[in-house]
Amino acid sequence: MSDSDNPVDQIEAVAANGLLHRRAFLKTGTLLTAGATFLTAQAAPPELDAWSKVPGRPPEAYGNRSEYESDVVRLPGFSPPALGAGASRTPHGSLEGMITPGALHFERHHNGIPNINPDEHRLLIHGLVDRPLIFDLESLSRYPLVSRIQFLECSGNSRLLDADQPVDGTAQSIHGLLSCSEWTGVPLSILLDEAGVQTEGMWILAEGADSSLMTRSIPMSKVRDDAIIAIYQNGERLRPGNGYPMRLFLPGWEGNTSVKWLRRIKVTAGPTMTRDETSKYSDLRPDGSARLFSFQMGVKSIITSPSGQQTMRGPGLYQISGLAWTGAGRISRVEVSADGGRTWGEAELPGPVLSKALTRFRMPWRWNGGPALIQSRAYDETGAIQPTRTALISERGTQFNYHNHAIQTWLVSANGEVSNAYS
Amino acid sequence: MLTRKVHVCNFIVLNLLLCSFALAQEGPGLGVPATPEQVAGWDISIDPEGENLPAGSGTVAQGEAIYDAQCFACHGQNGEGATNDRLAGGHGSLATANATKTVGSYWPYATTVFDYVRRAMPFSQPGTLSNDEVYALTAYLLNINGIVDETTVLNAETLPLIEMPNRDGFFWSAEVR
Ligand code: HEC
Repeated sequence: MSDSDNPVDQIEAVAANGLLHRRAFLKTGTLLTAGATFLTAQAAPPELDAWSKVPGRPPEAYGNRSEYESDVVRLPGFSPPALGAGASRTPHGSLEGMITPGALHFERHHNGIPNINPDEHRLLIHGLVDRPLIFDLESLSRYPLVSRIQFLECSGNSRLLDADQPVDGTAQSIHGLLSCSEWTGVPLSILLDEAGVQTEGMWILAEGADSSLMTRSIPMSKVRDDAIIAIYQNGERLRPGNGYPMRLFLPGWEGNTSVKWLRRIKVTAGPTMTRDETSKYSDLRPDGSARLFSFQMGVKSIITSPSGQQTMRGPGLYQISGLAWTGAGRISRVEVSADGGRTWGEAELPGPVLSKALTRFRMPWRWNGGPALIQSRAYDETGAIQPTRTALISERGTQFNYHNHAIQTWLVSANGEVSNAYS
Repeated sequence: MLTRKVHVCNFIVLNLLLCSFALAQEGPGLGVPATPEQVAGWDISIDPEGENLPAGSGTVAQGEAIYDAQCFACHGQNGEGATNDRLAGGHGSLATANATKTVGSYWPYATTVFDYVRRAMPFSQPGTLSNDEVYALTAYLLNINGIVDETTVLNAETLPLIEMPNRDGFFWSAEVR
C-alpha cells in the first residue's frame, strides 16, 4: 500500500512528529482498522470460552474487581519507625476517565489512619461565635447536602520534578498525590451561621481527630465561597484513609487544608500559625524568604498514557490520554507536543469539563517509531497557562517543595520504552 | 509590620463584601450547645500571641532529660536528626542551595513549638506529655538552637515573648493579603 492510499496518512497533522487532528478518530471510520493491530488469528477465542460453559459466582455483598486487575494498586510510601507519616499514590497510568475509585484515592497522613467510631465522633464549632455547637455524623446527615465532582491534590505532588536529573518514575510515582471524587457534604457556612460568627471572625482553625491532631488555618472568605464538610465520597461514606466519618473539603486548594477526621473548628481573628502552615506547606524561595498560605492549586496537566515505565508496542496509531485541572475553575484548553514543546496541537476535551475537577484530554498520535518527547500544556478559564519546568525553576528555584505545576516530559525511545525526561 | 496591617485591612473589606453577597441557606438547627467546660477541654490550640497557653513551666535541663528519653531515637542527639526531622541548626542556610529548615532556622513562632509538641509528639504516644514537660521540651529545643540560654524557664508569660530568628522571613500569598 502506498502512503497516499493509507487512510491514516490522509488525516490532518496538527503538530510535528505525528500529532493528528483531535477529532481524527471520530472523522475517519476506517482509521482504526488501518492502525497496527496485535491480535493474531491464533490468539482468537474458540466458539465458546470456558467461562461461558459453567455457572458464574453468586452476587456479592460488596463488589470486588476482576482478579486480572489486581496489580492496579496504590503505591504506599512510609519508613520505620514512624509508619503512619506517609503517603500512597494513585496509579494514573492504569486509569481512565475522570473519577478515582475510593480504594485508589491517594492518601497522605501525618500519624496514620485512625479507627473512628462514628457514633462517638463529635465536631465542635467554637471561638468567635455567639453559640458554640456540637454536631455528630447523624445530625450532619440531616442538613441540606451538596454534591460536586472535584479534584484533590497534595501540594507536594510532582515534587520529584525539582530534582536536578530526571528521576526514573511513573505517572503514579511522580504525580500520584492527585485524585478526583464526587464529594457530598454540608456547606460549612450553614453550620457557621447557626453558631453565629462574630464580626472579628475572619479565619477558622480546622483540627483533625487523628493522633497528629493536624491543624490548618483557613480564611473565612473560602469558607463562605465553597467549603463543605464532606461525609460521602463517590456515593459511599468516606474511606477511613480519606477522613471517615467527616472531613473538611476545600475545592481547588492544596490537599492538606481539607483536614480529615474533622473534630474541631475554631473561629479566630487571624491565622493560628500551626506547624503545618509554617514549618511545612510554606514555599521557600531562592532569596531565603518563604511564602505562607499559597492555597490554590495551579493550572496543570499530565499525560497518563503513554507514561513512565510503559512500553509502546511498535509504530502505529495511539491515543495520547491525560488529565488537566486547575484550582481556579475550569480548564479551557489543553495542547500536546510530540517534539519536546516546539510545536503544539490542540487536544480533545471529551467532557464533562467541570470546575475544579480533573478534566480528561485525548489526542490521536501516529508514532513513527523514532524517539519522541511528549508533553501536555493546560490553560484555564482565567487565562492562566501551565509553565515550563525551566520557567518555574527560574522563578522559584528548586527548594520551594510545594505547588510544582510545571509541564512534564515523557521520552518515548525507539524501543518503545517511556521514561521521565527534561527537555 | 505596617504593610502587614494594611494587607489585613484590605482582606477584611474584601471578606465583608463576600459575606454580604453570600446566599443565605438554612439548616435544621441540630447543633447542640457546648458548655464552656466542654470547649475548654477541646481547645488546645495556641496562637502566636500565646493566648490559651496553659499553666505550668519547664526548664532547659528538664527538657533535655525528657528529650533524651522520648525524642532522641527519632530526632537524634541534640536535635541533629535521625530517622525523622532534624530539629536544630541550619541557621543562615535558607538562601543557599542547601537550605536546612529546622525549628531554629525556619520556624517563625516559638508558640508553634509548644502547640505542635503537645498535640503530636512523641509520635508513638501523642497526648501523654504534661504541660510542664511540653514547656521544658520547648525550652530545650530553643536552647539547642541558640535562641534561649540554659537558665531559661518557660511558661505562659515568657514563651510568647521569644523572638524567633526567622520571624520576618515569611510573606503572605497574594490570595490572603
Ligand atoms: C517514633 C519517632 C518519633 C519520636 C519518638 C518523636 N518524633 Fe517528633 N516527629 C516524628 C515524625 C515522623 C515527624 C513528622 C510527622 C509528620 O509527617 O507530620 C516528627 C516531627 C516533629 C517536629 C516537627 C519538625 C518540623 O520541622 O516540622 C518536632 C518539633 C518534633 N517532632 C518534636 C519531637 C519531640 C519533642 C519528641 C519527644 C517528646 C519527638 N518529636 C519524638 C517522629 C518522632
